[in-house]
Amino acid sequence: MSALTRLTGAEARLFLREPVSAFFALAFPAVLVIVLGNAIPAFSEPSPDFGGQRPINLYLPIVLALAIGTVTMTSLLSVLAQYRERGVLKRLATTPVKPSALIGAQLGVNVAALVAGSALMMLTAAVAFGSRGPENWPALLVAYLLGAGAMTGVALFIAAVTPNARASAGIGTLVYFPMLFFAGVWTPGDMMPDGAQRVADFTPLGAASQAMQAAWSGDWPQPLHLAVAAGYTLITGALAIRLFRWQ
Amino acid sequence: MTVIEVNGLTKRYGDRTVVDGVSFTVAEGEVFGILGENGAGKTTTVECISGLRTPDAGSISVFGLDSSADREELRRIIGVQLQESQLQDRLRVGEAMQLYASFYRDPADWRELLAAVGLTEQVRMPYAKLSGGQKQRLSIALALIGNPRLAILDELTTGLDPRARRETWRLIRQIRDRGVTVLLVTHFMDEAERLCDRLAVLDGGKIVALDTPAALIANVGDVDGYRANLEDAFLALTGTDRDN
Ligand SMILES: Nc1ncnc2c1ncn2[C@@H]1O[C@H](COP(=O)(O)OP(=O)(O)OP(=O)(O)O)[C@@H](O)[C@H]1O
Ligand SMILES: [Mg+2]
Repeated sequence: MSALTRLTGAEARLFLREPVSAFFALAFPAVLVIVLGNAIPAFSEPSPDFGGQRPINLYLPIVLALAIGTVTMTSLLSVLAQYRERGVLKRLATTPVKPSALIGAQLGVNVAALVAGSALMMLTAAVAFGSRGPENWPALLVAYLLGAGAMTGVALFIAAVTPNARASAGIGTLVYFPMLFFAGVWTPGDMMPDGAQRVADFTPLGAASQAMQAAWSGDWPQPLHLAVAAGYTLITGALAIRLFRWQ
Repeated sequence: MTVIEVNGLTKRYGDRTVVDGVSFTVAEGEVFGILGENGAGKTTTVECISGLRTPDAGSISVFGLDSSADREELRRIIGVQLQESQLQDRLRVGEAMQLYASFYRDPADWRELLAAVGLTEQVRMPYAKLSGGQKQRLSIALALIGNPRLAILDELTTGLDPRARRETWRLIRQIRDRGVTVLLVTHFMDEAERLCDRLAVLDGGKIVALDTPAALIANVGDVDGYRANLEDAFLALTGTDRDN
């Protein structure tokens, strides 16, 4: 077994031992769908309040975006910042295994948790509210992966440029809530004001959310949204690799 | 055989030179100690030797490897205990030992090592629940898990109770007897005197004395009518650039 495999196994166990972040990554998206489904009347029926669309089809891609934002901006970011601040990465640097392997393991665990939480959410939506899932699966997968990549890049970038864990957590929160807004968590579908919409087009989670919404209703995402998410993935990822301090 | 050869090691932070032209050699099988006041540059020196920091000037060779250029090879054969470094809160003692053992080609028996540092009962305890001294013991065990040929130990017994200190000394002598070279940083004069073959005293980033403990003491002669001890020698050698 390679060191990366062993580290990933160990980090996965540690992840599950942290009940709060495990809950938010694995169960929260599904719980949120249940809450929304019970709060919004006729969740699965076409509704004049939602431009004639089924509310569930507007909300599910947004919940996916929220899941991406939550795992990257809270769980992943805080662990990376802590591992540096507490010298975990530095201790690893004294062994034949590179500290980057621990970051790789954390990425693997968080992505796996994100995918599991998203899958559980979609399953719940199907069982409880008869959701048929996205109309355009390939497009949804592309948009989802690009969104996860973009937000992972942003998390790595914040961890790279902040001096300590407190600052990382603070900036993570400052980014998290606007990201949720631009993803449409409070203004699903066409409810977002036009000005905000134009900003959202250029935010990583806003772009990914719109791309996923398009895929959900069977369209192909706007190239702009895919390009924005891919751009964030590449640029923040490259900057993080250049700027990251190991101690 | 020379294991460590440090030549003109210099490290600056901004315009402060914190290690200033340090040179010394450590022979195979030697226990070599570094003494010095807080901020004297001990950690900086040993972290440069470990390849964790890059010197601004000077050369460091460890088993013929360059500490900066050959970091990867170096890490397979040295074990390092850092002065300040924690583990993941929820990682259990036994898990940490097994995980770190898996990083090396020919690791030590992790259960034996845990027993040697007195942590057998804590094998299932998460890191966050260990006492300060228990964390320190685990840190020593992790430094030795790879069966290193050179152990670099920064503040070896800080935070340990008297019995644990003696047991740690015994462990260090055991690995020394197996031919392992030891470079250690300490603030304890008894530890330096009993454990180290030779000592370097750092003051303001420079080596102000380098000799066997007995010779350092003999150089001081009597203090206030008493035979000097290592602490007298240390105090006489350091703090010369104090403002007060
Ligand atoms: N990363 C850093 N950036 C700036 N200054 C540093 C850094 N690391 C160490 N220093 C400075 O270098 C000097 C030497 O530090 P070092 O940690 O080597 O001391 P030390 O001899 O190990 O002290 P102690 O006994 O307290 O552990 C100190 O004045 C410290 O402030
Ligand atoms: Mg120190």
